[in-house]
Amino acid sequence: MGMAAESQFHVLAVDDSIIERKLIERLLKTSSYQVTTVDSGTKALEFLGLHQDETINPNTPSVSPNNHQEVEVNLVITDYCMPGMTGYDLLKKVKESSSLRNIPVVIMSSENVPSKITRCLEEGAEEFLLKPVRLSDLNKLRPHMLRTKLRDHNQKQEKQEEKTAFQSPKQQKIEQNLQQQQQQCNTNKRGHR
Amino acid sequence: MNFAKNRTVSTVPAAKTGLPVWMMGLVADRLRADANRLLAFLFNQGILDEQFLQLQQLRDESSPNFVSEVVNIHFHESEKLLRNLRSLLMDREFSGYNKMGIHLNQFMGSSSSIGAKRIRNACFAFRAASEQNSRAGCLRALELLEHDYCFLKNKLHELFQIQQQRVLAAGARYPMQN
Repeated sequence: MGMAAESQFHVLAVDDSIIERKLIERLLKTSSYQVTTVDSGTKALEFLGLHQDETINPNTPSVSPNNHQEVEVNLVITDYCMPGMTGYDLLKKVKESSSLRNIPVVIMSSENVPSKITRCLEEGAEEFLLKPVRLSDLNKLRPHMLRTKLRDHNQKQEKQEEKTAFQSPKQQKIEQNLQQQQQQCNTNKRGHR
Repeated sequence: MNFAKNRTVSTVPAAKTGLPVWMMGLVADRLRADANRLLAFLFNQGILDEQFLQLQQLRDESSPNFVSEVVNIHFHESEKLLRNLRSLLMDREFSGYNKMGIHLNQFMGSSSSIGAKRIRNACFAFRAASEQNSRAGCLRALELLEHDYCFLKNKLHELFQIQQQRVLAAGARYPMQN
């Protein structure tokens, strides 16, 4: 019943510079990750299944993660300085989206500016890497992806277990309430649409 | 050639190098020494830094030409940036230090990524001149940058040629292993 935790992690790399994209792609592939590269924050959001014209309302997810997003992305690594949408803007948009906010985001920058670093970390970035990025830096990524995958896996497994495990009446009641809440939530969402 | 009987390689001169195979060992050694000497020179002169070594480590069987590919992209981009910088500076109605700053940042970023230390430093100097709004300073900095760039390009092409020859030499020497 377990999800294969050893299945390859998929990283979305965002950078407007073609050299940086080539480099980060090679680094990631050498570290055995699946890679997709895009050259802008806008394209990154498109790839993640989040469209610009949809409102970011915490009660109404713009995207249903299992239907809209064709490919699962386990981590986003983005350059900070990009024309148009910066890496920071992209980070904010991801963290504001209820469907995407669990995806770990890592920022890269060629400039070592403490205030920038703090800002990114406060906004929810997992790591801030200084360019040029080294292979050893990428070792820091795996724990974040593992943690997220484990958390998602555990959440799913818990739901399975609740259905099949021996349950005390009290537990059954709790489960019922939970399911009801879930359905209520879904009905509300559908109502909004 | 007597020792050819003990090996599973041809005694016919390796077509691409024009040398008999038994000499290939000497050639391979000399090529390796040449490459190392060139790299040591480039490091000692502060032209390249450790990042270049990091790039070399990313080469493998699936991407044997990774470094030369990336460097060639960098050269292509650099030449565009240098042309843009020159045309900005030569413009009679020059006012665009901002625009130069953008080009410079790009140049610095990609130079840094391939380990081109001297070029990156030359960009810093250029940026300083542009921040002082000194057109003359910028022109000087640009000339230095162009010069350093040409030098690096020549040296790296030399290095890649040596590496190519090493690949050919290895291939000719052990054709069975290919």
